[in-house]
Amino acid sequence: MIRLEALTKIYPSSHGGAASVDRVSFEVGAGETCVLLGPSGCGKTTTLRMINRLVAPTSGKVFIDGRDTSAVDPVELRRTIGYVIQQIGLFPNMTVAENIGVVPRLLNWDRPRMRRRAEELLAMLALEPAEFLDRYPNELSGGQAQRVGVARALAADPPVLLMDEPFGAVDPVNREVIQDEFLRMQKSLRKTVLFVSHDIDEAVKMADRIAIFRAGRLEQYAAPDELLGRPANDFVAGFVGSDRTLKRLRRITVGDVMSPPDAASAPDAPAVAPGDDLRRVVTLFLERGVDVLRCVDAGGRLVGVVTRKAVAARLAAPANGNGPGAPLR
Amino acid sequence: MTTATRSWEMRQRSLLPYAVLAAIALAIVWVLVATGLWNDILRYRKDIIYLTKQHLVLVAVSGGAAIVTGIGLGIWLSRPAMARYAEATIQAVNMATSIPTLGKLALMMTLLGIGPLPAIVGLWIATLLPIVRNTYAGLRAVPAHLVDAAQGMGMSPRAILRRVELPNALFVIFAGIRTAMAVNVGTAPIAFLIGGGGLGELIFTGIDLQEYGMMLAGAIPTALLAVAVDFLFGQAQYWLVPRGVNPLRNS
Repeated sequence: MIRLEALTKIYPSSHGGAASVDRVSFEVGAGETCVLLGPSGCGKTTTLRMINRLVAPTSGKVFIDGRDTSAVDPVELRRTIGYVIQQIGLFPNMTVAENIGVVPRLLNWDRPRMRRRAEELLAMLALEPAEFLDRYPNELSGGQAQRVGVARALAADPPVLLMDEPFGAVDPVNREVIQDEFLRMQKSLRKTVLFVSHDIDEAVKMADRIAIFRAGRLEQYAAPDELLGRPANDFVAGFVGSDRTLKRLRRITVGDVMSPPDAASAPDAPAVAPGDDLRRVVTLFLERGVDVLRCVDAGGRLVGVVTRKAVAARLAAPANGNGPGAPLR
Repeated sequence: MTTATRSWEMRQRSLLPYAVLAAIALAIVWVLVATGLWNDILRYRKDIIYLTKQHLVLVAVSGGAAIVTGIGLGIWLSRPAMARYAEATIQAVNMATSIPTLGKLALMMTLLGIGPLPAIVGLWIATLLPIVRNTYAGLRAVPAHLVDAAQGMGMSPRAILRRVELPNALFVIFAGIRTAMAVNVGTAPIAFLIGGGGLGELIFTGIDLQEYGMMLAGAIPTALLAVAVDFLFGQAQYWLVPRGVNPLRNS
């Protein structure tokens, strides 16, 4: 769990210096992914870098699992926090195995253990260990390098992961693939992730919570559905875009809106699965010209129905059941 | 193509210049034998051995000291705390480089008198400069995001220098050492002029006496030494610079 309390960074300048991060407070639960979102220069990266103290805060505090990070030696602190940057930053003088072994080596793991861990991580990230362990970074494609970058951050199994536009340098097709892989991995690893992005679509896809920044201030802190359904102000509404309702469809599942099957449910209506998101539902409504869909489980059993009315009702009332949405004051 | 055959071909490519040099050397020896100069040269066999030893001491001491101090100075200048003074210092180093080596030796003679010591100090200064410059430039050229990533992972400043910055700058540093050692070996004969001894004794005396055999008895070992030293550092560069950042081993 990470808690930011009135975190502030002021860079001194000739005219007194404006705050690049201004009293930002929020809390990310253990195992959650929080995306810091905003236009460039809004303070999201500075906020991220204050968490592992690459930037020293002017005032305010960061707590990780209740522990005040200013009381810990920054070098020791960083070894417990995974760090991924946009330029990836694989060390070109080291092989993939050596790159992944950087933090384990700092923690004095023995060689066989480091090797085993590198193999395990590469396999998890869909890279054949035998083929990649002894390659140098200049022998990797952009997507492969990015995966190794993630593996390196995960090497010592840190509970917290900081990612600064980690997929920003990957082409759009590969970005989708890596995002999906990361989501799948995160489902089992349950790391506490802080993720900087300027891409609202990426944020909606990846985040349990989104923190929107403008000019160093936190404008809204909420789950994607609430952020899209109920933007706190005009800036947030403008930033998430006029198609925000369409964006919401991605994060709502059939299971969220279905009602129990009744005798009247049309037996020939198109079928969806409980885990499908509403993009699929709406597509079927429009393509087939129907008002109701059957929801069947993996075994083909009817478990519910989805109606146009239920979808509309869900979109009209943003979920409040996702915990506190407002930033701490 | 397997990695093994590829690296073998690359090795061959890196050795090619030396094969060409060997061929040229053979041709020269043939000319010398044909003209009878070869026997003139061999008359100085004992002088060659004695003076080559002296010469090697000049080169090894001044060059070794220059490598150690030059890399140290380059590292020191590249540290963030030195940022304010580094550029000015490097400019001064560049200006000092433009002083002819003979001038540097003459200056050393006025300061330290004659003998091997001023010669070694003069050679040391002449050799130092390219190493400082390249070490500094190589370290500055290490991308900032690598240092950022290293810091973010919890590497200490010393570990970042040793495991990230130096390995990534090593190729450029070696290029500086090779340039510096070429200057060193090429200048060492002049040390004779300020009483430093070495193969310059045969060369300059041979020129003065118009004894071409004597001159060549100094000049040929000097040339061989230059090639050998460059070969040595070329091989060190090839093998010591990690493959991922070694243009000689990646193509």
